[in-house]
Parts: sequence; C-alpha cells; structure tokens
Amino acid sequence: MTAVDAHRAILAVWRIEQPRLITSLARMLRDVPLAEDLTQEALLAALERWPATGVPKRPGAWLMATAKHRALDHLRRDRMLARKHEIVAWDMEAEQQTMPDLDSALDDDIGDELLRLIFTACHPRLSREARAALALRMICGLTTEEIARAFLLPDATIAQRIVRAKRTLSESGLAYETPRGEEVSERLSSVLEVVYLIFNEGYTAARGEDWLRPQLCNEALRLGRVLTAIAPHEPEAHGLLALMELNASRTAARTDAAGEPILILDQNRALWDQLQIRRGMQALGRARELGGAGGFYVLQAAIIACHAQAETAGDTDWSRIAGFYAELAAVVRSPIVELNRAVAVGMAEGPQAALSIVDRLMGEPALEGYHLLPSVRGDLLHKLGRYEEARAAFEAAAALAGNKREHDMLRRRAAAAADAALSS
Amino acid sequence: MRFMFIVKSAHSGPPTSELMAAMHKLADREIKAGRMLESGGLMPLATGAQVRLAGGKLGVTDGPFVEAKEVIGGYAIFELPGKEEALASAKEFMQLHKDLMPGWEGVCELRAFASPGP
Repeated sequence: MTAVDAHRAILAVWRIEQPRLITSLARMLRDVPLAEDLTQEALLAALERWPATGVPKRPGAWLMATAKHRALDHLRRDRMLARKHEIVAWDMEAEQQTMPDLDSALDDDIGDELLRLIFTACHPRLSREARAALALRMICGLTTEEIARAFLLPDATIAQRIVRAKRTLSESGLAYETPRGEEVSERLSSVLEVVYLIFNEGYTAARGEDWLRPQLCNEALRLGRVLTAIAPHEPEAHGLLALMELNASRTAARTDAAGEPILILDQNRALWDQLQIRRGMQALGRARELGGAGGFYVLQAAIIACHAQAETAGDTDWSRIAGFYAELAAVVRSPIVELNRAVAVGMAEGPQAALSIVDRLMGEPALEGYHLLPSVRGDLLHKLGRYEEARAAFEAAAALAGNKREHDMLRRRAAAAADAALSS
Repeated sequence: MRFMFIVKSAHSGPPTSELMAAMHKLADREIKAGRMLESGGLMPLATGAQVRLAGGKLGVTDGPFVEAKEVIGGYAIFELPGKEEALASAKEFMQLHKDLMPGWEGVCELRAFASPGP
C-alpha cells in the first residue's frame, strides 16, 4: 500500500466514523465547535499512527477512544472550567476504565444529535458560505483542502471561514443548542438552503475535471437523505431531496463527449438514471403526502418531475409546468421564476402569450444585466418571424453573457436571425 | 459512486439474534447517514427457482439447488465517495459477523454500478 493509498483508506474510515465522533463528544462537552476540533485531532493521530500500524480492526472505537483522551486532556488543561465540565470529566474518567466497544458505539442513537449538529453547522447567524464549509467539514467529513478544491478557493480562505464560523458560534453561545417544535421547521430552511447551495456548486460545474466538484452533488444528496431520515415529517426536506435526485438523474446526459453542455430538451433520455428518478419521485410523493405540495423546493421538484416523466421532449406537459411556475412565482415573487414561467407558457400556448410576459419583465431592475432575459425574448421573436428584433435581442444577450460558450451560441443565433431577416 | 454489496455464505441457518440486532443498528446508522439506499435479506434457496438458457433451451429448476455451494444471503446498495469507503464499510459489516456469530464464514462482494451516479 502506498502512502497515498493509506491516506485515502484512513480518510474513508474517517468519513464513516466522524459524524458519530462529533455527536458523541458534543454531547459530553456541550460544545459542538470544540468537539469538532478534538475529532480533527483524532484524525491527525490516525494519519500519524495507522500508516505504520495498519488500520485497527475497530477503527471507530480507536478514533473514539483517542478523541475522548484529547477531550480529557483539554478539560484538564483548562483551569477556568465551569463545574459542568468537572462532572463531564468525571464521567469520562469512569468511562475510560473500559475501552469502548463496537456494540456500544452502535448503541448511540445518532438521529437527534446529528440533527443538532446539522442545525449548529447551518446556523442562520452564519453566512451561507460559512454554513456550507462547516457542513461539509463537520457532517460530511471533508478536509479543509478538499472543501477548498471543491469550491475552487485557496485553502487559507476556507480554513479562515471555518475558524471564524466556529468562533461566532462559541461567542454567541450557540455552541450547543437544540431547536424544538416550531423552531425546527423555521431553522430547517437555513439548512436546506445550504444543502442546495452545495448541490448547485457541484451541479453547475459542467465538467468534473476535479472529482471533488461532482462530489459536492453527492455530499448534498447524502445530506438530503440524512435530513429526510432524521426529520421525516418535514415536507420541504423531502422536496429538496426530490429536486436534487431528479436533477442529478440527468448527469450522464448533460454534456457531450467534448464537454459541451446539452440542453434538457436535446438530451438522450436513455442516459437518465431511472433508479434515481424513481427515488426522486418517491421523495416528491412523500412531500405531497405530508401536505407540502406548495413548498418552494417541492414545486421546483414538481417541475423537474414533469421533464423526468416525459418519454420524449415532445411529450413534456408544458401547461402543467407553467402552472407550477405560476404557483412558485406566488411563493417567491422572483422575476427569474416569472421568466421561466414565460418559457413554459411559450411551449404550452405559443410565443405570443410568452412574449407578453417577457415584455412586462423588460424594465425589471433585478433582471438588468441578466442575459437570459433578452435571450428568451430573442427566441420568442424569432419564432414569431420578427427576425430583425430577434437579432437585436440576441446581440444584447451576447453582450451580457459572461461565459464564452454562451456568448458564442448567442452570436450564432443573432447571425441566424439576421440571415432570416434578409431572406424573408 | 454506487455500489452493490452481495453477502454470500455456505451457512444456511439464520443469523444469531445478537448479529441481527447489530446489523439492524448498523443499517439504521447507514440510512441516517444517507449512505445506504436499499438493502434486503434473501429467503433460503427452497423458496427460489432458476430459469436457465442452455443449448438453445429454456429450463426451470425449483429450489433448493443441490449444486449451490455458496448462497446469497442478502444485498445492499450504497452511495459512497469511492472504493475506499466501500471497503471500509464492508469490513465493518463483516467484523460484526466475526464478533457476533462465531464460526460463520462468508464473503461480502462489492461491485460498482455501471451507470455512473451523479
């Protein structure tokens, strides 16, 4: 086994054990950020020891024992500790008499503690970026370097983000708290937002040159499954999982051999992952059973489900999609949702109906500089045979597009509209 | 990456109650950790059948099958970052058998799915 292999094998074990390590230590220490520090120390100890000794038979128990020793050291070192900590130290001393075994390790009911951990990592007091970094580190067991590579940022940026976030939690007295009842649903939205941010960060990377970017999608999906398992009565958790599963089902079909993106209507649907679609549909069904049909994520999942269920692009139920967009627009009042509704209306009822929606959006300040607005408008004008106006719209869109591929595509469409104008 | 774990053994008897309980806890943890997508145990060979195509002919054999040396006792589907995680997970599962069902011997085979996951 090479050093790199050994390192990867250790991280693999680590990812399995880490949430339980943090939750157990957090419960003892009543401090999530501190628990996280100590489990990181246990990881470093494993990385130091295991390449020489081999991975122990019960790696989880080894890591747990090591982390607990560190916790004890920490408590002994700090003379300013409150009495609470003395009691904790006592309990732990007693516990150290017996080596923790696998069975007791499995006995911990991870559900409630894990929920607390997720809620702490995704606290609304923290920025979305800080929440994403903390969640990937504390719940998914990614290292700082891995998170940095995944977000295409320097290691130091992520490390600093994590340190600051943990300090904010400690200083605001949020190191260990349990949301209950109503608060769970409220706080959940701050968690779902972060999970979706992680998913999109991985999903919008068209090509996975670095395996860690697509890996973000997988981690987000896993977090989605975790949430539906430990908060099974929250429809939006199921809705987000459905949305992610259904979007991820198209991964293999989304790019051609050269890595160019393929739009949903042009994709080879045989490449869509049916197992994943089925799971997405199940999650969507569950969300609706729970009375969540009108939720933000559930509606978005419902829209993607219309695509997933159409055998060919021509079978797409556009009026249903337009209906879901109308409901979504009522929930979020976003001009971008309205623009998407226009596209669906255009497919369902024809370009004229869509154009009147788009024209109403033209003065919208939030869409100023958004290339998809003139791009959609150009497409509708072209379909209506108003080629000269279409050309102008595509030119305007091309000037706004930030991405070279999109820019080139819009210039080609402008040229095609100009040709059509000449020959008409 | 998606993996299928296939557990094979020559043992025909049911797992000990301790092993059952431990496997149940492990499965519960893996579901709550979002890693295990599906799992199931399989009934003894007597409840199954084989449909064989050989020499251009279809034939049906009802179980139990005398030639079967190792039978599939159960399966699970996992979504994991890579093979290292799959190996770590399978080792943990087999360690439970070692600890809680002395004398049991078998194989946990892990195979990556052909269609890439997300």
